[in-house]
Amino acid sequence: MDYLQYLRKDKMPHIWCDGCGNGIILKAIIRAVDKLGWKKDDIALVSGIGCSGRTPGYVDFNTLHTTHGRALSFSTGIKLAKPNMHLIVVSGDGDATAIGGNHFIHAARRNIDLNLIVFNNYIYGMTGGQASPTTPTGKFASTTPYGNPDSPFHISELAKAAGASYVARTTTYHTAKMDRYMQQAFQNKGFSVVEILTMCPTSYGRANKETGETGVEMLSFQKENSISLEKAKEMDEEEIKGKFVTGVYIDRDKPSYLENYQEIKDKANN
Amino acid sequence: MKKSFKVTVNQDWCKSCEICVEFCPKDVFEMVGFYSQAVRPQDCIGCRLCEKLCPDFAINVRESEPEQKEVKT
Ligand SMILES: Cc1ncc(C[n+]2csc(CCOP(=O)(O)OP(=O)(O)O)c2C)c(N)n1
Ligand code: SF4
Ligand code: SF4
Ligand code: SF4
Repeated sequence: MDYLQYLRKDKMPHIWCDGCGNGIILKAIIRAVDKLGWKKDDIALVSGIGCSGRTPGYVDFNTLHTTHGRALSFSTGIKLAKPNMHLIVVSGDGDATAIGGNHFIHAARRNIDLNLIVFNNYIYGMTGGQASPTTPTGKFASTTPYGNPDSPFHISELAKAAGASYVARTTTYHTAKMDRYMQQAFQNKGFSVVEILTMCPTSYGRANKETGETGVEMLSFQKENSISLEKAKEMDEEEIKGKFVTGVYIDRDKPSYLENYQEIKDKANN
Repeated sequence: MKKSFKVTVNQDWCKSCEICVEFCPKDVFEMVGFYSQAVRPQDCIGCRLCEKLCPDFAINVRESEPEQKEVKT
């Protein structure tokens, strides 16, 4: 597999820190696109703001770097104007569930035909490690120097409850699962979410060394502390604590926004 | 015949995170100075884990042409 044919090589090396997981996710996106045989010109890769927001800058698709939290809104516009375009939206945990939280739940409610990849690193990476809506309780961030008092969002459960038709969750360590889930998500009609636990050694790792300080340690932690949904079903709450539960959270057939919208257009035209 | 692979590290892009060194099941990589280097490419089994996990697009694994056996005439 030749990744380079998809890259804007003049923009490389990328700005991400050593050991940052974002590059691992970008590679998985490229592999899924390659596997499905999508043409570069038929894809729009859209981001908001954050380290994850830099992703579109490195690939030779149609790309759009929008405002913080609004990647899904811009993507909704593109999809309605160009329904045949494949929309891949990348968003950090802050971008998707803090400032962009409303756009996120409403995209799921509408089941609009977009593919959202959430780079969940439990932190605001770009701006110096402030706590995000997914920072686990008790963990350290520059805004929670005595530990985080809040409960985190479970992004996949949130997407499922809000109405997304496909939701899956894995980590940067589990490359085979990333491949499978991204391909399934990209082929699903309606709103698809793939939540990926990724490493931010610079802002999260250094503040929370017990779950890995470097990229290597954080990947090892993912490897050792992930369990499948099936396995989690057989465990009690206490055993699951601290584990990252991976798998397909929902894969359901339901009308997508484009279908519903077409119906309205047909009615209006008759 | 055993397959053989060519493993290259693009040192212009490598940021020395050491992920390849840690996770290659065959210990193909070592840090040489600041950068990773494929020091034991003959041990590579072509699983491509290093390629998938290198966040910096710095590793390339290619199956190399089978070596021609010399035929004495
Ligand atoms: C409207 C607005 N508010 C705040 C910011 C500052 N800001 C930039 S990135 C960021 C958080 C990014 O965190 P996340 O979305 O988790 O992405 P990461 O950097 O971790 O990939 C914030 C608050 C901004 N750019 N625009
Ligand atoms: S600050 Fe964190 S998320 Fe941002 S590039 Fe560095 S390691 Fe990656
Ligand atoms: S994984 Fe990539 S960036 Fe990290 S040390 Fe190896 S070659 Fe360098
Ligand atoms: S392909 Fe597998 S065996 Fe070969 S260098 Fe990479 S990780 Fe090691």
